[in-house]
Amino acid sequence: MNYIIGAFKPACNISITFSDGKTRKQVPLKKENGQTAMVPLFQSQENIAGKISIEPVQGKKVEHNGIKIELLGQIEMYFDRGNFYDFTSLVRELDVPGEIYERKTYPFEFSTVEMPYESYNGVNVRLRYVLKVTISRGYAGSIVEYQDFMVRNYTPPPSINTSIKMEVGIEDCLHIEFEYNKSKYHLKDVIIGKIYFLLVRIKIKNMDLEIRRRESTGSGANTHVETETLAKFELMDGAPVRGESIPIRLFLSPYELTPTHRNINNKFSVKYYLNLVLVDEEDRRYFKQQEVTIYRLADTS
Amino acid sequence: MMIPDGIEDEDKWLTAGIAGLQQNAFYMHRALDTNNLKDALKYSAQMLSELRTSRLSPHKYYELYMRAFDELRKLEMFFREETKRGCSTIELYELVQHAGNILPRLYLLCTVGSVYIKSKEAPAKDVLKDLVEMCRGIQHPVRGLFLRSYLSQVTKDKLPDIGSEYEGDADTVMDALEFVLQNFTEMNKLWVRMQHQGPAREKDKREKERNELRDLVGKNLHVLSQIEGVDLEMYRDTVLPRVLEQVVNCKDELAQYYLMDCIIQVFPDEYHLQTLEILLSACPQLQPAVDIKTMLSRLMERLSNYAASSAEVLPEFFHVEAFAKLSNAIGQVIEAQVDMPIVGAVTLYSSLLTFSLHVHPDRLDYVDQILGACVGKLSGKGKLEDSKATKQIVTLLSAPLEKYNDIETVLKLSNYPRFMEYLDDGTNKVMANVIIQSILKNKTCISTADKVEALFELIKGLIKDLDENLDDEFDEEDFNEEQSSVARLIQMLYNDDPEEMLKIICTVKKHILSGGTKRLPFTVPPLIFNSLKLVRNLQGQDESVSGDESSANPKKLFQLLNQTIEALSTVPASELALRLYLQCAEAANDSDLEPVAYEFFTQAYILYEEEISDSKAQVTAIHLIIGTLQRMHIFGVENRDTLTHKATGYSAKLLKKPDQCRAVYACSHLFWVEDHENNKDGERVLFCLKRALRIANAAQQMANATRGSSGSVMLFIEILNKYLYFFEKGNSHITLDSIQGLIELITTEMQSETVTPDPAADAFFASTLRYIQFQKDKGGAVAEKYEPIK
Repeated sequence: MNYIIGAFKPACNISITFSDGKTRKQVPLKKENGQTAMVPLFQSQENIAGKISIEPVQGKKVEHNGIKIELLGQIEMYFDRGNFYDFTSLVRELDVPGEIYERKTYPFEFSTVEMPYESYNGVNVRLRYVLKVTISRGYAGSIVEYQDFMVRNYTPPPSINTSIKMEVGIEDCLHIEFEYNKSKYHLKDVIIGKIYFLLVRIKIKNMDLEIRRRESTGSGANTHVETETLAKFELMDGAPVRGESIPIRLFLSPYELTPTHRNINNKFSVKYYLNLVLVDEEDRRYFKQQEVTIYRLADTS
Repeated sequence: MMIPDGIEDEDKWLTAGIAGLQQNAFYMHRALDTNNLKDALKYSAQMLSELRTSRLSPHKYYELYMRAFDELRKLEMFFREETKRGCSTIELYELVQHAGNILPRLYLLCTVGSVYIKSKEAPAKDVLKDLVEMCRGIQHPVRGLFLRSYLSQVTKDKLPDIGSEYEGDADTVMDALEFVLQNFTEMNKLWVRMQHQGPAREKDKREKERNELRDLVGKNLHVLSQIEGVDLEMYRDTVLPRVLEQVVNCKDELAQYYLMDCIIQVFPDEYHLQTLEILLSACPQLQPAVDIKTMLSRLMERLSNYAASSAEVLPEFFHVEAFAKLSNAIGQVIEAQVDMPIVGAVTLYSSLLTFSLHVHPDRLDYVDQILGACVGKLSGKGKLEDSKATKQIVTLLSAPLEKYNDIETVLKLSNYPRFMEYLDDGTNKVMANVIIQSILKNKTCISTADKVEALFELIKGLIKDLDENLDDEFDEEDFNEEQSSVARLIQMLYNDDPEEMLKIICTVKKHILSGGTKRLPFTVPPLIFNSLKLVRNLQGQDESVSGDESSANPKKLFQLLNQTIEALSTVPASELALRLYLQCAEAANDSDLEPVAYEFFTQAYILYEEEISDSKAQVTAIHLIIGTLQRMHIFGVENRDTLTHKATGYSAKLLKKPDQCRAVYACSHLFWVEDHENNKDGERVLFCLKRALRIANAAQQMANATRGSSGSVMLFIEILNKYLYFFEKGNSHITLDSIQGLIELITTEMQSETVTPDPAADAFFASTLRYIQFQKDKGGAVAEKYEPIK
């Protein structure tokens, strides 16, 4: 039995450790099988260094045609499953062809790696970073080990951040003026604003503010657009009269937002919208959608 | 069928709501017990979601709200402990705002907000301002009102009031004020808006529901009044104008009336007094349908009570010219509201009058002014038909009477009588009665003819028939009572000065003689006696004064009396007139006016002869005549003879024998007046008694003939007593023999079989005999005199 099991087991164990693995922040990553794993977090232009340790299974030797480590940035479209597009690919050769009889450790380092895009896990697209160790073998097939890691890039607060102010309405029916205090919000930001009712001739039941994410993938005729409502936040209950002004205060922190991604490598975009929805007593919906930019502000803590 | 179904459904929904609330409260408690903040927030939000219902009437919604309220107290305690365990309040304050539904979110926010203020981590004013602003998200009237009421409830002990622990450099009472005012404004807006929402056919139901909710709005005014830091200045400059602005602008009658009343009731009287102008200036701006009169009435009532509470506050009233301001305001309101029913105007004036009486008791001119204004309002409308209005007028007119307890003061009010003209007859009477009762109660003496004139003008409702064709509603008992009151009133008119008194009498006479036949029997006697009293007074004074040069001499008075009594003959009330004539005759006798007395007697006799035909009445009359005549001492022999002769003549002509008998033996006294020697005629006395005996005999025989029994010996015993009387007085014509004979006659008669036993007669006779025995036992001259009688 043991023998048979041994036949399907990889000939060796490969482990990848980061040199600052103990201190580096770990963040959860949702894997394909639905489970979450904690993975280290990096940002662009950091050094990614560590050790690869290869330990052959007891009493066996590993014969190889060379060992290498790659740092890959991949974009994966779900409708085109398995077809990765590598936008970043760095390689370090770790060993020349030979044989390994016992545990062997190789240090590696990628210094100041350009990782312009953030990790992203969307509906139709995934952008991931991974370290890939390959032990090349001839007929037996290569032994490959992956280590995912996350990349988040921080943006300084925008120098220009104007408010969004707009008057909309349906003639002789409803006129409102709304205002959001900014057009760019960071992930833990608060949307402050107000809605001012200039004319109300319909019987409004309630008013919600929705945060919607619009993920578009592909290009041209193959563009897929997926829209998700991430937040539905009731702003008002009941029917206002002319002259009422309803406050908005929406904390973004409870929602799983990502920064806005615009045309990432010509493959996909992720945009966010604030959708103001008024519902009347006949459940008719009146809405106005406004794009807002979400960015990631460096944690001060 | 529709409505019961609705109610049933509502109960079902309420039950469901309570069940949902309790279930989530259970999970919330579990989370609280295990210090699980996340679950606590989750379940409390779910619990509060039950309050999002639109299906319940305010009444039922309140029930649900109260349950949630209790649960929120537990949550609040948990939050407080949570902050002690290290969770920062600001974090909590943010956390609760993550809730997606606005209503639970805001309830939680208010709850944490109250903890936040208590923690003093942020200035109270900032938290309060934030809370009151955020609550704008609820625009549904009922839910909004309850939410804001919750806000008011949890913050009312945390306002940065003066002396409160939340007062600080940054937090002043102004902030507290601002907060409450804003919450009030928003609540009122929601409340007013309620009426416009929903189908028009349910308008009545909505109005009812609104009424149920009004206290939620009014509570804010109460909170305002509780803020220590609101002094007069702040009230005048900030609170009142802001509240009034809201009241006026909401343009809703229900709200305007309720809130104005609230303002009047919750704030202190002295504030009202100092801000009268501001408060009153709002009145004309209210909706026409608002019941301003009740409102103003209540304001004036409060101020009146305030004025009555302590004399120290009165100068303030003068200082602020409260009367002028109120009077002005009322004028404006009445002018502005053309359609105001007359009762409204009268109520207003009535309140103002009460106010004036309390605050300015010395200012009669104010009272007159009010009456004048009110009369002005009434004029041109004819007699009042509205029973409510007349009722109010009675109150209005009674007020000065009650206050001054003195009709004289009221008589000075020139507008008072003008008022009476607008009353219908019934009310006029009621009012006249009130006036009379007031006089009687206070024993006010009305002492000049002018006043009497004015007074009678006021009460003319009782003095004369105002409207002839009201007889069908005539109530004998009421009428008698009224007229008795008038009679009592006449007795109250008095002046020590004969001249003035005479004038008073003339005035009264003038009035009562015009009163018609029904009233005379009531009103004449007191007048007569009043006059007789004056006559007696004149006698009491130096008689030489009452010469011809004075108009108030007895002669003149008697002339007047004669005329007055004459009026009675038209009634006809001859018996009464007869008595009065006799009374006057006696008075004339005392005044030594023989011709006058003779004239009165003549009148009495004429009446007897011509008017008194009833035999019973005749008996009474004849005895009266005899009694009076017996006491007259001024008549000369001739006059006296004429009169006594007539009287005995009348006596003998009475219908029934026993009556005849009694009248005749009574006449015997006419010839035997003690203390007047020239008036003692023993022979005629005996003549009378014998005649009486004869009649008694005849009476008995008649009885025998008609009934077979000889009737009572009563008459004989009575005559025996007369004999004894004159015997004792020394009438020499009364002999022992005749007495002895009479006794024997009676004894025989009593033993005779034909006589019906009469215990009263037996007793009478026995005591007469006992008397004789008693006199015998006395000894001395008396005994000697009686000795021979067996």
